[in-house]
Amino acid sequence: MIPNKVDYVRADSVDDALSLMAQHGMDAKLLAGGHSLIPAMKLRLNAPGILIDIRKLSELRYIKNDGGRLIIGAGSTHHDIVTSELAGQAYHMLPEAADLIGDPQVRNMGTLGGSLAHADPAADWPGVMIAAHAHIHLKGPDGERTVAADDFFTGFYSTALQDNEILTAVSIPIPAAGTRSTYQKFMQPASRFAIVGVAAAASVKDGKIEHISVAVNGLADAAFRATNIEEALLGQAPTAANIEEAVKGTGSDVMVMADHFASEEYRLHLAQVYAKRALLAITQ
Amino acid sequence: MTNYIGKAVKRVEDKRFLTGKGRYTDDIVLPGMLHAYIVRSPYAHAKIISIDTSAAEAMEGVVKVYTGKDIADSGVGGVPCGWQINFKNGDPMKEPPHPLLVADKARYMGDGVAVVIADTREIARDAGDAIEIEWEELPAVAHAKKATEAGQPLVHDDAPNNLCFDWELGNPKEEVDKALSHAHHVTTLEFTNQRVIPNAMEPRSAIGHFDESTDKYTLYTTSQNPHLTRLLLCAFVLGIPEHRVRVVAPDVGGGFGSKIFHYAEEALMIWCSQRLKVPIKWTSDRSEAFMTDAHGRDHVTKAEMGFDKEGHIVGLRINTHANLGAYLSTFAPAVPTWLHGTLLQGLYTTPKIHIDLCGVFTHTTPVDAYRGAGRPEATYLLERMMDVAALEMEMDPAELRVKNFIPPFDGVNEPGYQTQVALQYDSGDYHAVLKRALEMVGYDDFRKEQAEARKQGKLLGIGFSTYIEACGIAPSAVVGALGARAGLYEVGQVRVQPTGKVSVYTGAHSHGQGHETTFAQVVADRLGIPLDDVEIVHGDSESVAFGMGTYGSRSLAVGGSAIVKSLDKIIDKGAKIAAHKLEAAEEDLEFADGKWTVKGTDKSIAFGDIALTAYVPHDYPEGLEPGMDFSSFYDPANFTYPYGAHIAVVEVDQDTGQTKLKRFIAVDDVGNVINPMIVDGQIHGGLAQGIGQALFEGAMYDENGQLINGSYMDYTMPRADDLPSFEIDRTVTPCPHNPLGVKGAGEAGCIGSTPAVVNAVMDALRPFGIKKDLEMPLTPERVWRAMHS
Repeated sequence: MIPNKVDYVRADSVDDALSLMAQHGMDAKLLAGGHSLIPAMKLRLNAPGILIDIRKLSELRYIKNDGGRLIIGAGSTHHDIVTSELAGQAYHMLPEAADLIGDPQVRNMGTLGGSLAHADPAADWPGVMIAAHAHIHLKGPDGERTVAADDFFTGFYSTALQDNEILTAVSIPIPAAGTRSTYQKFMQPASRFAIVGVAAAASVKDGKIEHISVAVNGLADAAFRATNIEEALLGQAPTAANIEEAVKGTGSDVMVMADHFASEEYRLHLAQVYAKRALLAITQ
Repeated sequence: MTNYIGKAVKRVEDKRFLTGKGRYTDDIVLPGMLHAYIVRSPYAHAKIISIDTSAAEAMEGVVKVYTGKDIADSGVGGVPCGWQINFKNGDPMKEPPHPLLVADKARYMGDGVAVVIADTREIARDAGDAIEIEWEELPAVAHAKKATEAGQPLVHDDAPNNLCFDWELGNPKEEVDKALSHAHHVTTLEFTNQRVIPNAMEPRSAIGHFDESTDKYTLYTTSQNPHLTRLLLCAFVLGIPEHRVRVVAPDVGGGFGSKIFHYAEEALMIWCSQRLKVPIKWTSDRSEAFMTDAHGRDHVTKAEMGFDKEGHIVGLRINTHANLGAYLSTFAPAVPTWLHGTLLQGLYTTPKIHIDLCGVFTHTTPVDAYRGAGRPEATYLLERMMDVAALEMEMDPAELRVKNFIPPFDGVNEPGYQTQVALQYDSGDYHAVLKRALEMVGYDDFRKEQAEARKQGKLLGIGFSTYIEACGIAPSAVVGALGARAGLYEVGQVRVQPTGKVSVYTGAHSHGQGHETTFAQVVADRLGIPLDDVEIVHGDSESVAFGMGTYGSRSLAVGGSAIVKSLDKIIDKGAKIAAHKLEAAEEDLEFADGKWTVKGTDKSIAFGDIALTAYVPHDYPEGLEPGMDFSSFYDPANFTYPYGAHIAVVEVDQDTGQTKLKRFIAVDDVGNVINPMIVDGQIHGGLAQGIGQALFEGAMYDENGQLINGSYMDYTMPRADDLPSFEIDRTVTPCPHNPLGVKGAGEAGCIGSTPAVVNAVMDALRPFGIKKDLEMPLTPERVWRAMHS
């Protein structure tokens, strides 16, 4: 498992990283936790000429509450999120999902920003970010911009991130008190990525669902919002029967993936099972 | 009096392993050493039209590139097979050449084509990519049964229908046919025992070093049996003189069988070093390991078992296609035949047994012994049959087994049990292990719990497996008659140093088994000296006279017995010296607690004093040689036969088909136990691998012969969180024919566990009335489909 020859440079700051990216162009790859990039390089599926290391940038590694929004620096590791009280207070599904990623070694190295930028369709964060109504903060040579998570994941390993931009943070509006959330995942047994993962948040008032947000990853080429479920349940009583009915058809309008672990039919079935489990868990 | 035997002595080797100070082949760096990278076929079956190595050879740091043509031109032999099976008509098996690198065509994905030698591993790897090969891809066949059908592509032109051999064992087929035709009930099952990939933690590695100044060759290699590797390398592959070849297998990080065999890369490193006169190292990466370490299992079987009205087995008829892969690995032909067919008696009194088996070439990685080797296949077959038969005949699966058990025998006061399939079991009380396992699981309560759970839509299941294995491999004359091209004795040398410290040289090889501890316990006890005074040396042909290595749960039963023979010689000689020193007759002495005592007196002399006297023989028995150093060969009188009862309890998620293994009970009888902690560890590891086969593991080839799950992202290994805390116990029935009374523990867990888990899942699924057998591994989707089809 020997990668192609590669140069390495450590950026001093996000701005320094941006100028290094400008200097090296397509030959460069940003290195954060490296837990997807390095294995791909070892398999020679990816052969950048230079790695720009942003892992040690403290300006990217923080979790804070900023006027009603939870801001998580892109360099925060999964483990940072597992142990963050702020993150857990905002959405239980944040530390819950983080704790289901890989193993302790992966969680100690892998970063939120790296996972989102890589956009593995089976990764856990994209669904959680959509369900949390997150905004993805991007910085490029022309300044900063934000993209809603709903619009960020555009397909198989592809996102709204431009080649000359760095994903710097996500910001998540802290939901109204009483909102409950969960991330339920059926793991691919070898990689422990999601065959299907369902992130769901909801609040119930007077026996009716007042807010609901549901997203699915693993099923299609990119994580997506399960609008069918949201529309079916908003304003309805969260009964088992209603939930059962609402999850039907989940994924019927996306291209469903298949591999030797799970066929299309089975994945679609699992999406319904896990959507149901997630919704029951937060509404009962 | 024993101080160490039977005690959970902590492993002496763990100090270096747990502190990261083990010294594995890849850790060895020799002056001037170069690095090799092997270019391998990306196709399962393809003709090499041309190879252009010029760009690679022009790269800075590249020393040389050799191709299969260079190997062929040098006239060296190929990788030999160590076991011959004959066709039913008496013709020898097809044994096509297995070159170190192929020159004409590749026969499996991973077949070696060229080797780059360079200053660094990185340069060698880059240069590998610069070699241009023009291929003509050919159709391939990966499935054993399909490969024998007309019109399938041939792996070797001189093996029609891809048949390596056909073979049979047991009672005359007509007798079995007759028994089945008269049976009250016949259970029929067709199934695959899937191919698994061993996945030792340490990948294979080899350093070849030809020293021109001394004409000596050294091979450092990840081997379970360095002496056999040396023998094959010298006698069959390279024709170099054995006395000038040293093979060292230093610390080795697991083998599970896959490092028994002599591999092409070992000979290739010596061959390259012979030409370049410097040491050359090759280390497999994980992708290569998936493709090129010999795989295990891969049987396609139809089995029919007949019963009388009361549930007694009256006959068993089996037809199996065993996949051997593209070439014959060292012991490949022995595994489906003499290590599998001979175990089809199981623990049962089946009066008529017949197996027909074909060994088949396919365009896949060679298949050979993997933990259990043949015996798991036999056990899976028998134990699935028993559970299915119990279901079909509406009998309790535990009771059906008990009804058919061979009655207890100790092999001392009555002879061993002669099976219908060549073996004679040594000793056993098969009822005892199942009885204990049923107690531990609380069988009666479980069935009530299960019924209750079913009412609530929860799918609980229980599965049984009562197994036997043939270990302590093996009596040389017996295996010779069966086709082995080697003896299977073991060598044990005990050298008492002048100060009374003891060095023991064993031909067994430890790569996780803890020999340095267990063997030392035996030696320390026998000599009555502290454990710290004993050193166990293994793995180096220069220090260990000879050996046959470690596999088939043989190390203690065969290697330990060889050491005991030498210890007996030490004690005998010590007695002569002691008699002289104590001025007593030899027969008046007794040896205990590390000293010789004149019986009935307090006159004694300690082992250390006798050792010193042996090396400073001033006051010494006349005519007796100085020194205390004995070597012994131990050739076992029979195999040993560990056995046990395993019970799995599972819960299947009806919505997803996912199986949760809730409990696993294993009651094993491995004969006497020297170190219970190490035996427990062996059982645990074996269980994990056996459970892995049932639920998770399985090599997958597509129709082009591509291995499609050759990575840890795609091939599911069992992990700690997949497994419950094992509940294990033992009964002890000593082996009557070796001096330690031990039977072997390395493979037991892996042999018994697989069918127990599958039986438990099938039991959980019983409400769905599934008739068809489910293929392993029992992945969630397979189980879900079975429930919902």
